[in-house]
Amino acid sequence: MRRDVVAKLRQDGGWYALLLPAFLLLSVFYVTPILQVLAISFLEPEPGFSNYQRIATNLSVQRVIITTLRICTITTLLALLLGYALSYTITLAGERARRWWLLCVLVPLWISVLVRAFAWVTLLRRQGLINQSLQGAGLITEPLELVWNEFGIIVGMVHYMVPYAVLPMLASMREIEPRLLAAARGMGASRAQVFARVFLPLSMPGVVAAGVLVFIFSLGFYITPAILGGGKTLMVAEWISLQILDLIRWGLGTMMATLLVVTILVTLAVFSRVVNMRRLFGGGA
Amino acid sequence: MEGAYKPGPLGRSLGWATALYLVLPLFIILPVSMTDQRFLSLPHEGLSLRHYAGLFASSEWFASIAQSFWIACASTILAVTTGTLFAIAAWRLSSRATELLRALMLLPLIVPSIVYAIGLYRYFGWWDLLDRFMGVVIAHGVTGIPYVVITVSTALASFDPRLEQAARGMGASLRQVLAWVILPRIMPGIVSGAIFAFIHSWDELVIVLFIASRDVFTLPRRIWDGINENQDPIMAAVAMLLILFTTVLLVVDMAVRRKRDG
Repeated sequence: MRRDVVAKLRQDGGWYALLLPAFLLLSVFYVTPILQVLAISFLEPEPGFSNYQRIATNLSVQRVIITTLRICTITTLLALLLGYALSYTITLAGERARRWWLLCVLVPLWISVLVRAFAWVTLLRRQGLINQSLQGAGLITEPLELVWNEFGIIVGMVHYMVPYAVLPMLASMREIEPRLLAAARGMGASRAQVFARVFLPLSMPGVVAAGVLVFIFSLGFYITPAILGGGKTLMVAEWISLQILDLIRWGLGTMMATLLVVTILVTLAVFSRVVNMRRLFGGGA
Repeated sequence: MEGAYKPGPLGRSLGWATALYLVLPLFIILPVSMTDQRFLSLPHEGLSLRHYAGLFASSEWFASIAQSFWIACASTILAVTTGTLFAIAAWRLSSRATELLRALMLLPLIVPSIVYAIGLYRYFGWWDLLDRFMGVVIAHGVTGIPYVVITVSTALASFDPRLEQAARGMGASLRQVLAWVILPRIMPGIVSGAIFAFIHSWDELVIVLFIASRDVFTLPRRIWDGINENQDPIMAAVAMLLILFTTVLLVVDMAVRRKRDG
């Protein structure tokens, strides 16, 4: 028995060594700095739970949490709705058309988030293209306030999140047997009935997965809200950066960071019973 | 699933509207980058390439582009070598422990970069890595590992493990099995991972905002300052070149995948 173990170790030892570089790199330069953030939230300015008590007492802390949850919920719902329509169209499209549709999803997905936020600022600001063309057409006299508020943030965030919503939904919709739809139609179901009673229930796993993914990505979003919010509407990530860089309040900043990570991990843990996480993050085996 | 069942008018129009919403804002940058005006706007009299000329003449922008490029290359090498070896070993050993380890490797995708960035801000102070080329390479390399682990694991999923056992059985060493049996078969996955790791570093801003200040001033950092401070149309020219660059990389990736699947 013991000899078996030794023999197996000798045989597999080389493979274990291959795990090491990535493992060490991640432990030393990723996990440790993050554990340090968790530690600081309990240690500064003095040891104890004083930073966490602020959740109950500090209005600014509460406001940023509520704003973040509201924006993330709206973003998730809109991204799911638009993403669903897009995935539905892609699933039912022909082979050639599907490739073009996919490109519409993948190109925005990989284009720099800064470039996308920049595009929205160019379009939405007071002297931006939308306001100018609306004024030029005589539809409005005063420019609309389209950016540097919650509206602008949501427009930009939904734009960022739709591709992330599409990918899991598309994966689950493509497993739906197309003849089921034709059969239901043939047996006299209306188009709405086919959708509501056959397609929608079968695509639900993808919708839940997409919802979880978009929600947890939205929670810690920094760049888009910072640019399109113009410093007036603060979400959690920008608030943390403000605490650390401008106000040098490490305790409060790391407390919020810890809260953010815990919220995300708990959300993932709760939904890992419903959602196949491996499908979300593309596991191999 | 073609032909059998078509979406109704409501689904179809919402699908089209979403696709336009995704793509149109990106196309609007092209005419803006060719404006003849001195501020961000559509062209008034005619098209002009002077903002592109301004971009190429600017030593500041050029320095940032070069710096971002070298950082992305170095961190891609770091992520690809460690990530590929990890994915292969985890696939070969495939136990509960390696599954757990692989979940750990995906952490950088799940934990928001702001949390990592503030952690590094203090941690790198001790290591004297703040505002250093090496510091940014390490940070981008570590956060690029998950992309490589995912694409390489996916490529390995369709690889017959008996090939590896056969090679080992016939006396090949670990190094020979890797170099002659496994790596050639999963090359497309490695290339995909490298492309994604590269784009990740090339676009990364949040970490850089915290751990770099003057000596390391990457392209995203310069764009960030530009968006917040001025309305210079050079920004639109930069944005347009970035869109082109990313699209080219994606098309290469698609070609590699098609070759693998075909």
